[in-house]
Amino acid sequence: MSKLLEVKDLAVSFNTYNGEVQAVRGVNFELNKGETLAIVGESGSGKSVTTSALMGLLPKPAGFVKSGQILYQGEDLVGKSNKEMAKIRGKEISMVFQDPMSSLNPTMKIGNQIMEGLIKHQNMNRTEAYKKAIELLDLVGIPNPEIRAKQFPHQFSGGMRQRVVIAIALACNPKILIADEPTTALDVTIQAQILELMKSIQKETDSAIIFITHDLGVVANVADRVAVMYAGKIVEVGTVDDIFYNPKHPYTWGLIGSMPTLDSSEDELFTIPGSPPDLLNPPKGDAFAPRNKFALEIDGVMEPPMFKVSDTHYAATWLLHPDAPKIEPPESVKKRMHGFAKTGGDE
Amino acid sequence: MAQDREKLLEVKDLQKHFRVGRNKIVKAVDGVSFDIFKGETFGLVGESGSGKSTTGRTIIRLYEATGGEVKFDGEDVHGKKSKDELLKFNRKMQMIFQDPSSSLNPRMTVLDIIAEGLDVHKLVKSEEERKARVEELLEVVGLNKEHATRFPHEFSGGQRQRIGIARALAVDPEFIIADEPISALDVSIQAQVVNLLKKLQKERGLTYLFIAHDLSMVKYISDRIGVMYLGNLVELADSDELYKNPLHPYTKSLLSAIPLPDPEYERSRVRHAYDPSVHDTSEEPEFREVAPKHWVRCTKKEFEQYKDELNNK
Repeated sequence: MSKLLEVKDLAVSFNTYNGEVQAVRGVNFELNKGETLAIVGESGSGKSVTTSALMGLLPKPAGFVKSGQILYQGEDLVGKSNKEMAKIRGKEISMVFQDPMSSLNPTMKIGNQIMEGLIKHQNMNRTEAYKKAIELLDLVGIPNPEIRAKQFPHQFSGGMRQRVVIAIALACNPKILIADEPTTALDVTIQAQILELMKSIQKETDSAIIFITHDLGVVANVADRVAVMYAGKIVEVGTVDDIFYNPKHPYTWGLIGSMPTLDSSEDELFTIPGSPPDLLNPPKGDAFAPRNKFALEIDGVMEPPMFKVSDTHYAATWLLHPDAPKIEPPESVKKRMHGFAKTGGDE
Repeated sequence: MAQDREKLLEVKDLQKHFRVGRNKIVKAVDGVSFDIFKGETFGLVGESGSGKSTTGRTIIRLYEATGGEVKFDGEDVHGKKSKDELLKFNRKMQMIFQDPSSSLNPRMTVLDIIAEGLDVHKLVKSEEERKARVEELLEVVGLNKEHATRFPHEFSGGQRQRIGIARALAVDPEFIIADEPISALDVSIQAQVVNLLKKLQKERGLTYLFIAHDLSMVKYISDRIGVMYLGNLVELADSDELYKNPLHPYTKSLLSAIPLPDPEYERSRVRHAYDPSVHDTSEEPEFREVAPKHWVRCTKKEFEQYKDELNNK
């Protein structure tokens, strides 16, 4: 596997009237060619900010990369000028946004919106670009592409619009596709279609996908590897099987436990009490400790490092320290971890 | 869930048509009938545009129905009503909205938001009683009484939804319509709110109409579920039955589209697309009871077919 992207110790902050908000506080991950990495976490955990930093789309001047490196094929993207980033954005790394209603230009025909990037990055002339745009619309499964290309966004349904956004993102054969909650605004049936589309396109083009979502069902469907973020840090990372069948971090337990499954009939869902910390003044020690009923004394003093569980699986919790008491995940989460594999078959 | 349980709400052939432009009529809800029994949770699912929210809003009279009947406790609640009668009805039925940020007035304090219902229905006699009642409600939904003097923007999404719930509870309703109450919230917060709704139901004997598109959550919270498609109810059954033996092709497609948090299952999941052309079009479909308490919208021919399908399982 070849490393396409390497994020090293990335920290992003925002200057606000109240002080510096440390939205991302030291994030490390790699992305290999052709794989799908899912980043999960609650709102405010820093997952969207991380990807905005990758794209050079942090709102300026409030947001800035405080430290760290973003190595794309060995080249550091931090500190690149807007002009330099414009060459990479859309061509090498492109993005699918959450809301297909607001990410398209309402006054431009669909065809022209797809052609924009082609003309800019691929030096195509209008005729070539138009031909390619029709091909792309066909690829993302829009019927009658010739007619549709001459229509405006408001003439498309939500799912169709998201297909158009994907077509735009794919126009220049990017090596990395960042999808920020691409299906959150869509119905389940449409969501299933879009996910299938993204997977089939990935197979064809061999691009890598960073998939941001808070829906664990979607993660289980698309991801090869999963990174769980909490309060601006990655707290657990592993293959999709590691995370779902052998989660180690109490926060991951909480996430898994709080989703009802179709055959769950427990009286109460497992919940994570309280709410995420204020990143204006990040807590000392483990940021999750106040919501963690398994918190140890050391959690209040020192931040846990990443402990290695296996070659692919790491988690940042003191519970994995050799001296820590052995703590099993709560019953309901355990049942779910084991129950999963069983329920899968008989549908 | 016996049939002889007391019906709290009867919806009969409810219709809501919207006029769009000069000559076009959108039939958002087109003849929906169902009953909700006392103390149960009735889930209504469907994709956007299926008319599930319109159904909820029409029942509570946020929209005037185009046709049909809604009976609450045996009493017709639609049609001409005097102000007093309406007031009485409004006290029994309350609503929780989807978006907790736009359904709370940003210029009012939490105290005033929650107490609005108390004022309208003249349920409190003094300022102290009003405050005490609000503080009590805040504690019921898991907030602090210090929160009463704050404004909605000072709260997180989950907390705002709790304020919305407290507001609905203020007048001691019997029936609550929850229109996608958790869709706008994070997963971990969703579970908190759902647990709260369940707890309140147990303590106060509330009846819910729970509208959502998140099927796994609906399954979890509901006793019975109705599936809507293009303004019609296509299938209605106890929630376990619906998930085990879906009959209508649309229900099957909907169920097969839900991603579950289980990689193993996801790798083997086969999605069925819904193709409306499989239906028998020789006659107008009707809502028929295929098995006890399991209703499907179908023609006579399909009715037999579904029956066989159930018996052969």
